[in-house]
Amino acid sequence: MAEKVISVKGLGKRYRVGTQEVFSDSLFHSGIQLLTSPFKNFRKLKSLTRFTGDDSSVFWALKDIDFEVEVGQVLGIIGHNGAGKSTLLKILSRITEPTLGEVRLKGRVSSLLEVGTGFHPDLTGRENVFMNGTILGMTKQEIDRKFDEIVAFSGVEQYIDTPVKFYSSGMKVRLGFAVAAHLEPEILIVDEVLSVGDIGFQRKCIGKMNEVAGSGRTVLFVSHNMAAVENLCTSALLLDHGKTFYLGSVHETVQKYISLFRPQTQDGFLGDGVERVGNGNVTIKEFWLEDNTNVKVDMVKSGEAVYLNFGIQSEIDSQEVDLGFSIHREEDDQMLFILYSSYTGKTFQLAKGTSTVKCKINSLPLPEGRFLVKAQAMSQGQILDFPKAGVGFMDVVEGDFYSTGQKSNKLTRDQPLFLVNGNWM
Amino acid sequence: MGLIVTIIRPSKGWRGVNVKELLHYKDLLRFLTIRGIKAKYAQSILGIGWAIIQPLVTTVVFTIIFGNLAKVSSEGVPYFIFSLTAMVPWTYFSNTLTDAANSLITNANLITKVYFPRLVLPLTAALSKLLDFLIAFTVLIVMLLVYGFSMNWTLIWLPLLIIILLLTSLGAGMLLAALAVQYRDVKHALSFMVQLLMYAAPVVYPTSNVPEAYRIWYALNPMVGVIEGFRAVFLHTQPMPWNYIGLGTMVAIFLFIGGLFYFRKMERNFADVA
Repeated sequence: MAEKVISVKGLGKRYRVGTQEVFSDSLFHSGIQLLTSPFKNFRKLKSLTRFTGDDSSVFWALKDIDFEVEVGQVLGIIGHNGAGKSTLLKILSRITEPTLGEVRLKGRVSSLLEVGTGFHPDLTGRENVFMNGTILGMTKQEIDRKFDEIVAFSGVEQYIDTPVKFYSSGMKVRLGFAVAAHLEPEILIVDEVLSVGDIGFQRKCIGKMNEVAGSGRTVLFVSHNMAAVENLCTSALLLDHGKTFYLGSVHETVQKYISLFRPQTQDGFLGDGVERVGNGNVTIKEFWLEDNTNVKVDMVKSGEAVYLNFGIQSEIDSQEVDLGFSIHREEDDQMLFILYSSYTGKTFQLAKGTSTVKCKINSLPLPEGRFLVKAQAMSQGQILDFPKAGVGFMDVVEGDFYSTGQKSNKLTRDQPLFLVNGNWM
Repeated sequence: MGLIVTIIRPSKGWRGVNVKELLHYKDLLRFLTIRGIKAKYAQSILGIGWAIIQPLVTTVVFTIIFGNLAKVSSEGVPYFIFSLTAMVPWTYFSNTLTDAANSLITNANLITKVYFPRLVLPLTAALSKLLDFLIAFTVLIVMLLVYGFSMNWTLIWLPLLIIILLLTSLGAGMLLAALAVQYRDVKHALSFMVQLLMYAAPVVYPTSNVPEAYRIWYALNPMVGVIEGFRAVFLHTQPMPWNYIGLGTMVAIFLFIGGLFYFRKMERNFADVA
């Protein structure tokens, strides 16, 4: 049996979330409040670090976490935002103390929660390498020894004696990562740092992490990028609401993560009690995706045909229903495109009862990622139904958009919003 | 494998200082100190010259206002040199206090991202201000020579006075730093508190102006002993004021130990409330 380098037992972390503010509704009341607020503030600030009694503002970011990691293992830590991933990393890197439980770590630990921590804009690249290196726990001797290597790895040799405020952000990240890459800990803890930088840089990072793992060291890796997790990790821990949801092989855990997402989403969008605008004569009840062969799918591929299906409940016979959908970027709701049936010269007659309306997109022009789908039913300029939060997600995976096997972001540093095909002559 | 085992578990109550660990991070202390100094004077024309201008100009203004207009006693020596002698240790105290107290807030990005002994931060403030102190001190020596003061054997007490100065500045700095993370009021109060504190120390007037009955309370401020000590050493206006220095040393040690332990006690929360 391999040696355990990390063992976590019954770990828990309690936080106090913002206590409620009281709003006053009269001038007199606000005057009183102004006078008493210092006392209230004092109690509030004091309570940030005191936990007497069980009140509603106490929140367990992590609870009852148990796991062990063997030497040479690469453990992915996945979960939704707020699942407790970062808190776990912070405890393991000793930035914050646990409230309960115990962690045993064997060997030197380096944690990379950010690239270039401690960089000062007024200092030169050289000075910042030493600064950042010592912050990450290296000694001056160690940095002296590896300095040339670090600079060569970063590719900013020419500017090493220039203050980093004159660096491009890419250069700063490269220099920061170069320092981090030359740490030699037995345990390496990495948070989402791979999400910065261009493709070439990301590849370099992944290569470096594989190298670290290959040399018998242990890596903990937190990411939202399932492809990177599956690629790098041997096993994974899925956290949900501060608890261990699943711990197992990376493939199984990623599957669990995806399935954890599913049921929540569809009910969340179109279930009872969601906020809707409209007169209620027509309701969009269901939304699902189908592929080219009319099989219901969870994910669709770039460049392939996809059917958007809307299950509609009609209270009366409705004439000239104009159904439209729009695709939005998940993170900021930015609309990417919109298509009403009337744009293509079509409206629907819906008989009382349920019916299904489909729209086929011939070649999906979206890159890999998650998109939000919104839909609205109109009739003669009136809104019949508009579920405010949207109708569902569309998860797009990499596909053969150009029918050449080439990827859409092969040569650019940014992910495009759209894909387009054309004929080069 | 002979690897170090780290155990992480919730800590309780008061904690000692892990000197071994602190020594392991001495390079960090060194680079943070260099960073503090370099970053402060980066992109300025006068650079380190500001370390001369700040105490010098303040002293000139004090000389005009307190020396010439208000005619505050300066115990028979020119008011300028009288107040400059006090200004040099005082500037170190006030700058270190301010910097150390804010050190955790200004470095919140470090605290929430990496582990290192947090004590490094206030220590860095105290160390990086030593350069300014050294420069101002040199100016003081030059001025003393210009005014024709001679040095004598009392100089041997200077290291003691500087140690009290360091203990006081760092002790109060650690205490306020630990408070300031959770209560930002400290930050707001600090700048004017430091100003007010100056009038509670014999910077612009001599201790002999303080009524006899209150002097014992007055001397609880360790800076009284330090400043009067500096004057005794350089200006020879009085014998070494051992009563002030003795009392000040005790308070300084108390402040330092108290500050250190309070800092260590609060340290576990820094990353959560910073």
